[in-house]
Amino acid sequence: MATTTRSPLKPRKSPVLTAVMALYLLYTLVPLAWLLISATKTQSDLLSTSGLAFGGSFALLDNIAQTFTHDNGIFLRWLGNTLLYVVVGAGGATALATAAGYGLAKYRFRGRRAVFAVLLGAIAIPGTALAVPTFLMFSNLGLTNTPWAIIIPSLVSPFGLYLVWTYATEAVPDELLEAARIDGAGELRIFFTVTLRLLLPGVVTVALFAVVSTWNNYFLPLIMLSEPDWYPLTVGLNQWSAQASGVGAQPIYHLVITGSVITIVPLVVAFLLLQRFWQSGLTAGSVKQ
Amino acid sequence: MSPTRRSRQVAAVLATALATALSACSSGDGGTAPAGGATGTQDAVDAALKAGGELTYWSWTPSAKAQVAAFQQEFPNVKVNYVNAGTGNDHYTKLQNAIKAGSGAPDVAQVEYQALPQFAMTGALVDLGQYGFQAFEDDYTPSTWNSVKVGGGLYGLPQDSGPMALFYNKQLFDQHGITVPKTWAEYVAAAEKLHAADPTKYITSDTGDAGFATSMIWQAGGKPFTTDGRNVRIDLQDAGVRKWTATWNQLVEKKLVSSIPGWSDAWYKALGDGTIATLVTGAWMPGVLESSVEDGAGKWAVAPMPTYDGGTPITAENGGGGQSVLKQSANPALAAGFVRWLNNGNGVKPFLESGGFPATKADLASPAFTDEASDYFGGQQINRTLTAAAGQVVPGWSYLPYQLYANSVFGDTVGKSYAEGKSLDTGLADWQKALADYGNQQGFTVTTG
Repeated sequence: MATTTRSPLKPRKSPVLTAVMALYLLYTLVPLAWLLISATKTQSDLLSTSGLAFGGSFALLDNIAQTFTHDNGIFLRWLGNTLLYVVVGAGGATALATAAGYGLAKYRFRGRRAVFAVLLGAIAIPGTALAVPTFLMFSNLGLTNTPWAIIIPSLVSPFGLYLVWTYATEAVPDELLEAARIDGAGELRIFFTVTLRLLLPGVVTVALFAVVSTWNNYFLPLIMLSEPDWYPLTVGLNQWSAQASGVGAQPIYHLVITGSVITIVPLVVAFLLLQRFWQSGLTAGSVKQ
Repeated sequence: MSPTRRSRQVAAVLATALATALSACSSGDGGTAPAGGATGTQDAVDAALKAGGELTYWSWTPSAKAQVAAFQQEFPNVKVNYVNAGTGNDHYTKLQNAIKAGSGAPDVAQVEYQALPQFAMTGALVDLGQYGFQAFEDDYTPSTWNSVKVGGGLYGLPQDSGPMALFYNKQLFDQHGITVPKTWAEYVAAAEKLHAADPTKYITSDTGDAGFATSMIWQAGGKPFTTDGRNVRIDLQDAGVRKWTATWNQLVEKKLVSSIPGWSDAWYKALGDGTIATLVTGAWMPGVLESSVEDGAGKWAVAPMPTYDGGTPITAENGGGGQSVLKQSANPALAAGFVRWLNNGNGVKPFLESGGFPATKADLASPAFTDEASDYFGGQQINRTLTAAAGQVVPGWSYLPYQLYANSVFGDTVGKSYAEGKSLDTGLADWQKALADYGNQQGFTVTTG
């Protein structure tokens, strides 16, 4: 008879850990609550009432309307720009990372090790450090102050490539590829009909990373673009926020806050919709069957 | 203009861009020294305005839109593309990047006085002396005119000025029986009295702002930065600096200043509810209070800036700037025409209407301006105090040729003293060291006092 008193599936509850996690949950949720509550206040309520209490009036709808109409409706334009950068930039980054990652994982060719070294180097260098050289390069090409200046750098995702590479090594059996080849399928057909399906959880993970980083991209558009018409939401909202300082300051914190709420909604939706794939991706390869 | 939100990243890029620009400049044959006081005629400017053309103008001043519209109405054959490329550091980062890249800069840009030497010394700006703009000297207050001159060249025309005054919450002062301080000693006493009477209230808020510190040193008679070509002398221990720290240390060490960061939502809130009782700042402040601190209406009043001896009123400038023509401009004469219209012509009126505080003597002296009674300030004729201050600015101040970088590292050095409630002199010594190191790296010869 086994003398085990506890199944590993029913771990003992630790009050200390529970308390720590509860605190952490609070720590995570309070800023979000502050943001949501603040979005319901008028500018004057925002400056006269406590942060986590509701103001005298419920101005959320009015704030949303004002956010979309302020400064000739430029917020909508920024939203459109962000979507453009995400769809083309993050979409392209995912496609490129998938194709390249698979290629590196499953084909043997000269220079693979060199690619690996370059890739690790690329992951290690923060984007901010490359911003000024990138700016000068794009300036020479005459591409600054155009959407290309944001889209082209977004297409490169070393981390995504690395992720697909390792994922493909585990998730795509060589035997399967060989079987497909014996059956007479070409390499492209194998990629599109066999590999892509196997890679889907990994691809979705990479896509999520790319979408989030492009959506939140701030520094690159900040230095590349000088025309507010091409700003993404991040830079645009910061410009609204910056109006609060200096000579002739005109703070519109209520619009900045409401704009921020609107900005995070699509990300939350993307996470909820793709969660399924994301989770299966994280556990892939964890159990040997 | 006034202190703006600091962004470390922006500062970092600015520093990198500037580093290259300055070193590129220092490797030249010395031809970057500003051409001394060239004077030409304004005929070229008049002809360019007549011929027309297209200009790009970068600015974040609230009056820019109205000014551009009025200008185009007056000169229908000139098209001005107005771009708000960013506020403060964002604006300068982009400008510096475009200058370094050799293309993409506007024809005309807003440049604050504190940033002007940096752009002028790197050869990015057009010397407006060649168009005879030196003739406008008498139109402006001496302090603002001094601010657009670098090494004998004229690199812009002043738009606004920020002679400093004491803005105080009169209601709060009356409530606690505090009299308006005339000297800094009285100011410190008022700070103690107020905080003792109500610990939630502070005389002012200061978390370490380079713009404020340099203005205070300016008023105290300090001249910590002197530049002669590529030689820079930094002395953040001179008599003026120590005069200021001797006063301000008392407030910092006893935690009598609030730590609410300037221009944050909490700061605006604190100005409305009396948590911050006074502001020692530029004459442009009333417009900000009126438009953004509704709760303060009827409570605030203006008095001259306190002095050290209580004698002759003396003050300094805080913020303010003008417009400059970029060397990259394809049509500098036309750009100069726009700048002349903005700050020495019909452009001043829309600027005043938007609540700006002028740099032009005639507007400062006009009875319509000085006699105006402000409802927000309980009917006080605040411009009398403020325009008087414009004539009481200590002469001879100059900023560093890399003041934007200096401001960006102020928080890392002097900011520590503020955070720990310790003597500012330690922080200022660290600042001086950082500035000397940076200056030497950029090809300046820096000596310290």
